[in-house]
Amino acid sequence: MWAHLKIELYKIFRRPRTYLAFAAITALIGVIQLGLLVDGKEYTSFVMADFTSSFAVDGKILNGYFICYVILQLLLVHVPLLIALIAADMISGEANMGTLRLLLTKPQSRTAIVTAKFLASVIYTLLLLIWIAVMGLFVSMLIFGTDDLFLMKSSYVVIVKESDVFWRYAGAFCFAALAMLTVTSLAFFLSFFAENSIGPIVATMSIIIVFTILSTMNIPIFNIIKPYLFTSHMITWKEFFDFKVNDANEAIVGSIQYPEKIIRSASILLIHIIGFAGTAILLFRKKDILS
Amino acid sequence: MYKELSKKILFTIALLISLSAVSWAQDMNALVAKVKAKLDLVNDYTADGRMKTDVAFIKAPIGTVKVFYKKPNRFRLQRNGGISVLPKGGVSINIGNLILTSGFVAIDAGTATIGNVKTRMVKLLPSGDNNEVILSTLYIDEANLLIMKSVTTTRENGTYEMEMSYGKFASYGLPDKVFFSFNAKDYKLPKGITLEFDDTDKAVKDKMKGKKGRVEISYTSYEINKGIADSVFK
Repeated sequence: MWAHLKIELYKIFRRPRTYLAFAAITALIGVIQLGLLVDGKEYTSFVMADFTSSFAVDGKILNGYFICYVILQLLLVHVPLLIALIAADMISGEANMGTLRLLLTKPQSRTAIVTAKFLASVIYTLLLLIWIAVMGLFVSMLIFGTDDLFLMKSSYVVIVKESDVFWRYAGAFCFAALAMLTVTSLAFFLSFFAENSIGPIVATMSIIIVFTILSTMNIPIFNIIKPYLFTSHMITWKEFFDFKVNDANEAIVGSIQYPEKIIRSASILLIHIIGFAGTAILLFRKKDILS
Repeated sequence: MYKELSKKILFTIALLISLSAVSWAQDMNALVAKVKAKLDLVNDYTADGRMKTDVAFIKAPIGTVKVFYKKPNRFRLQRNGGISVLPKGGVSINIGNLILTSGFVAIDAGTATIGNVKTRMVKLLPSGDNNEVILSTLYIDEANLLIMKSVTTTRENGTYEMEMSYGKFASYGLPDKVFFSFNAKDYKLPKGITLEFDDTDKAVKDKMKGKKGRVEISYTSYEINKGIADSVFK
């Protein structure tokens, strides 16, 4: 399977569209960083307008940690498209080119072949996330420096001590990996049903857009189904940036406000990954290959 | 005859009352002046401390701060790294400008006990119409000439309270601990901006609901009358 995985990775990284995704991320992050470097004060004064009418905030709010948070908030909504471009093409692309039957003539089990394909798209997704971490976190830290992380939630403010931030990003990126792998496995699963890659790419994005809209709308009837939508759990990475306070309202450094929420969301996403990928592998084993 | 006599008695009583009120006001002015004279011993100071912000909708770690003061009312609070949040209007409030320098009337408002210390309540009313401070109430420890507590009502920034506890720098009138409390106005951001889809923060908010905002500064050391450059306050 290792040999086949290498072949699949070779196929992925031979395609220009793979690099298009990395270029798109570089450009997007670059644009955000440039915008905040030039006019970041305007942005923060807009977001903090209500808060600063009563409080004076002193310190370097626009630091690398804050920029990375803004980037993650904006990008993790759009990255699924870049993931779907590759993952949704894994099986349907072969079917479209008519190479699927040829591929299955190899002296390897179908399970090994399709698992290698899935693992290759997982590696692509993780590399994309690592690239986001490099560009979004490390480059932002280089450009903007570091300080405490000042975050405005919808009804309260969290200031995370500088020394307490980095491990939270490590956790957030690990969680984001789970969220993005859910998209990968969904796109991979849909790829099984199509003879060309456009269909599963559009289908993946449509599902994510519809689910995200349903997750965002605060309407009672949608609130019932929200916990069952995987998109509601994809944003739980933010929970890493909220900590507990004791009875005297003193911050407990190194704590997480709702660790159980992270565990629950991570489990739900993991179940989705196993469900989508497992079903795709099972179905592929019995697929009648005609193309 | 009887009618005229009772009129005279009433007049005398009224005169005595107003005279005693004037003398009390003078006493209060003298007390305030004594406290002011004690504080005037300090031309400038630099102090290190720990600051804790306790506001319902702010989760902030305890940070270390450096405070600079120079006569008559230059004050700067600087956090040693990190981001600090302080209520507007209260930022420049310090023991040095709790007492209005001139143009006020001091009225005796009785006594009160702060902690275990019996204090004299003095209300300071500014005589001018355009002062930022509308009314200031000081709780003064008469024996040691220390301000134990103050309640200040301002035109723009609401009412805030300062409570002080003293230690080894009491001879200069400088506190070891300052508790600054104020009315904190709630704020809200649209969930569309924060991309939060649920209400899990409600429990956190409810926990602190109805509480006043508080900033607590515990001073660990003072450097008094060593001179501070004006550039520090820029």
